[in-house]
Amino acid sequence: MIEFLKKLFGQSGSSATAKERLRLVLMTDHLELAPELIEAMKRDLVDVISRHVEVDRDKIEVNFERQDSALAMLANIPILSVNRPSANLTLVSVPAPVESVQPPVAANGAPPKSAPPRVRKRRKRAAKKAAGTNAAPASGATPASAAAN
Amino acid sequence: MVDADIGLRNLDIVLGLESRVKHHLLDVLEERVSLDEALVPGKHSESLFLLAAAQSREKDDVETSKMKALISSLRERFDYVLIDCPAGIELGFRNAVAGADEAIVICTPEVAAVRDVDRVVGLLGNRFRPQLVINRLRPNLVKKGKMLSVEDVNAILRLPLLGVIADEPEIIVTTNRGEPLALRKDTPTGAAYHAIAARVAGEDVPAPMPAPAKVTILERVGSLFGGKRA
Repeated sequence: MIEFLKKLFGQSGSSATAKERLRLVLMTDHLELAPELIEAMKRDLVDVISRHVEVDRDKIEVNFERQDSALAMLANIPILSVNRPSANLTLVSVPAPVESVQPPVAANGAPPKSAPPRVRKRRKRAAKKAAGTNAAPASGATPASAAAN
Repeated sequence: MVDADIGLRNLDIVLGLESRVKHHLLDVLEERVSLDEALVPGKHSESLFLLAAAQSREKDDVETSKMKALISSLRERFDYVLIDCPAGIELGFRNAVAGADEAIVICTPEVAAVRDVDRVVGLLGNRFRPQLVINRLRPNLVKKGKMLSVEDVNAILRLPLLGVIADEPEIIVTTNRGEPLALRKDTPTGAAYHAIAARVAGEDVPAPMPAPAKVTILERVGSLFGGKRA
């Protein structure tokens, strides 16, 4: 019945599935074909984080993962030492300088938490649930969420 | 027209010229015959000539520099040189592209084709600004949301649209006979081909869009009983 209703409103077409699958696969293709882009992103990311904590530059891992209808960037950045919090230090969120590249990656950085030795930073594009209805269009980027474990 | 698909010659059979091909591209490149001897005049047009691909050789037998030189000598003799590029992204592709000024990419509205075209456009790089022809579109399926539309494809590829060719049964019939439908300007598909040619030649004509076929109620009822449907 739902299928029928969907059909009635022209949303069940397999072309929508095709579009969505293509969008995701091309994002991964483009990333795979541009290793220098990933290197540049890694460098910038480390520069930003290094302002606050000392990280092990040689052991950074950046991966991309398909998660249902979104592509996520997972960065594993080992932290070597954390500065003692000082009264003058203010934590600011710094926009990651990858906004203009295609495909776009979420553009907000979040201040790392100071307690755990390793921070697992997760940036997610087009978070389906957050948007409420449909996944964000290809050009839109949702704010990043940072998780520490 | 140069068939650069070495080893898989087929422009001759599509154009109905298969019985007239005596020499091929590699005969010319390896200087066994002159260019004049190898060019096959078209059946339906006095201004169209075909240089057939070698059938018993491989793509790696072609030297890029020689291919480039061949295209420049053709350039002096003809207004337009169309190079039919082989599928794939290996040497055959690079050779076909080496002497070209412009690129036209042909894409069917299917996921695999769109992905491949995206890759090829990336490989063509900054030297070209490829134009897009969408081939084998089925407007009825698009209308039902069962096929990627022209807009869907180009939202991904973002290329200047040169034209759209419908998936017309008549193309199969005319190709069977070796008489390309492109020559029949009186049919919608033939007109679409002509519009593409005019646009390549720099004329400011619109690209006609294939319209979904109108199905009458009678045909619709007929199809319920297993009848044929457009």
